[in-house]
Amino acid sequence: MAALLNKIVLRGRKVVGGVAEGEALVTRDRISGWGGIDPRSGTIIETRHELKGRSFKGKVLVFPGAKGSSGWSSQFHIARLAGTAPLAMVFNEMTTKIALGAVVTHAPAVTDLDRDPLEVIATGDWVKVDGDRGIVEVTKKG
Amino acid sequence: MRLTAPERAMLEGAQGRARQKAMDLLVRYGEALGAERLVDTNNVCGTVGASTPFLRDFGLKHGFDAVFSEFSLDSAEVVPIPKVEVYSSHLQQGLDPEHAQAQGIPPEVVKVYRQGEAYTARLGVQPLNTCAPYTVGNVPTRGEHCAWMESSAVVYINSVLGAKTNAEGRESAGAAMLTGKIPYWGYHIDENRLGTHLIELDIEVQSTADWGLLGYYIGEVVQDRVPVVAGVRSIPNLPRLKHFGAAVASSGGVEMYHLVGITPEAPTREAAFGRNPITETFRYGRAERRQAYEQVNATAQDSQIDFVMLGCPHYTIEQIWEACRLLEGKRVHENTSLWIFTPRATKQLADQNGYTKIISDAGAYLMSDTCSALGRVMPKGTRVAAVDSAKQAHYLPAIMGVQCWFGSTADCIEAAVTGRWHGSLAE
Repeated sequence: MAALLNKIVLRGRKVVGGVAEGEALVTRDRISGWGGIDPRSGTIIETRHELKGRSFKGKVLVFPGAKGSSGWSSQFHIARLAGTAPLAMVFNEMTTKIALGAVVTHAPAVTDLDRDPLEVIATGDWVKVDGDRGIVEVTKKG
Repeated sequence: MRLTAPERAMLEGAQGRARQKAMDLLVRYGEALGAERLVDTNNVCGTVGASTPFLRDFGLKHGFDAVFSEFSLDSAEVVPIPKVEVYSSHLQQGLDPEHAQAQGIPPEVVKVYRQGEAYTARLGVQPLNTCAPYTVGNVPTRGEHCAWMESSAVVYINSVLGAKTNAEGRESAGAAMLTGKIPYWGYHIDENRLGTHLIELDIEVQSTADWGLLGYYIGEVVQDRVPVVAGVRSIPNLPRLKHFGAAVASSGGVEMYHLVGITPEAPTREAAFGRNPITETFRYGRAERRQAYEQVNATAQDSQIDFVMLGCPHYTIEQIWEACRLLEGKRVHENTSLWIFTPRATKQLADQNGYTKIISDAGAYLMSDTCSALGRVMPKGTRVAAVDSAKQAHYLPAIMGVQCWFGSTADCIEAAVTGRWHGSLAE
C-alpha cells in the first residue's frame, strides 16, 4: 500500500523510444553540453552549476532543458560511446540541442509532461521512463 | 512528419546508404522536435573533422568514413560517404597545424589532422575552419534557410543578418550536407523569431567588453528566449555584435535577439515583438553590469597571468589591427604567453600587411583554425588566464580547470606585457 501511495505517473510525449529505469538525478539548472559536461566521466563541469562535480552516468536525468554550445549533441554522443550517458532523460523545454542530443544518446526520453517533473521528482527517487508511450513512473524515495 | 516523394525515396535508399542514414537521422530528429516537415537548405556549417581528442583516437582506429558515419550520421554501421549535396563549410577545428609545437600537439596528431583536411576537401566541404564564417565570406542573405552549428555564429546570422537557422548539432549538420534538408522548426518559422523579453538600457554600452557583459547578463536572465534590447545609443560594429552574441549564447541559450532600430527584423519595438506580449522587462544599469562582470570573473583570484588568449570568437582583421596598435614595439612578459586566434583566411591578410610580424616580434602568436577551449590548447603549466571574451571566460575554467580573468582587449594586452592583471570595471 505504501508503495502504491508513493507511485506517481506523469504523461507526456515521446522524444526517443525505449524503456529504462533507475535513480533520478534532478537539477533546476539547464545543462550545457560542450563545456558543461565531461563526456568521458559523465560529470557536470560547468563552473556555477548546482550539480558541478556530479555524474549522470546510469541515472535518469531530470532537468529543465539544454543551453550553451551547439556541441551539445556531440558531447552526449561521445558520452554514449564512452559508456557514461544517462539511462534516460526527462525534460521540459524543447530545443534543437536537446532533441538531437537525446536522439544520438539513444536513451529513452520524454517531454511535454502533464505535471512539472522538476516539482514531482527528487534526486534519488526511482523513475521508470517509457519513451514509446510517453510515460514516466516515479516511486518516491522512502 | 510529412515527407515529400523525393525525401521518402531518399529514406528508402534510392540515393545510397549514406543519404538513407542521413534522412533516417533527420526524421528521428524532426519527430523528436515535433516538426511537421523538412525545409531545403543550401548553406550548411558544421564539423566533420576528427581533430578533437576523443575523435582523433576514434579516427585513427576506424578511419574517416567511420567518423562521419558515427559522429555525423549517428550510424554505427560504416557507410561510404559521398560528396556533399549542398554548399557546406567547416567550422573551427581542434588544433592549428602550423602551431602544433607551441600548442603541445605531437606530430602524429598533426598527421591525422592533415588526413582529415584532405578527406574534408574530397567531400567538397569548404575549410573555413572558423567559428565566425560570416567574417570570411559566408554571409547568408536575409530570409535564407541555413543549417548552422556554432552558437555564436547561429545567433549572429539569425539576429544581425536575418538568415534563418536553429543551432544545429554535428549530426544534423552532417545529414544536411548530404541531403540539403533540415527540420522546419524553431527559427525557420517567422512567428518564433518575434521578441519575448524586453531589456531597457539605462547606461551606454559602447566597447567590445561592454557588449560582452551585456550579452552575459541577458543570457543569464532570458535563458533561451528572444530578447529585445531597446535604448542602444551607439551603433555596434561587427566585432561588438560578435562578442555580444557569443556571450548571450554562453550564459544562456539565446539564438535570436533584436536591437531596436538596428537589427533587420526590429525597425521598431512593435515590429520586434509583433503579436507577442512582453513576458518580462529588465533594466540594464550599473548594478547589472557589475553583476555580469563579477559572474564572468567568478574563477579569477591570482593577479599573476600565465596566458592571455584573444580571438573568441575568432578575431576579425579589424581586431587584429587594434591588438597590433596596442602591442607594436612591446614585448610579452617572460612568464606570460599571448595567443591570438583568427580564421586562416584572415591570417593570410595579417601575414600580408605585417600584423603577423608585429605579433611575433612581440613574442606572441597569431594562430588559426582552433581556440583554447575547443582544442584544449594552452601553454604548458597555465594556472591563470586572461581573455577579452565573456564566452571564453565562461568555458575555459570549466574545460581546462584554470582561473580566468575577463577584461577589455587593452587590459589583456597590458597583462601580457606586464605579466599581471590590472583590469577593473570602469564605472
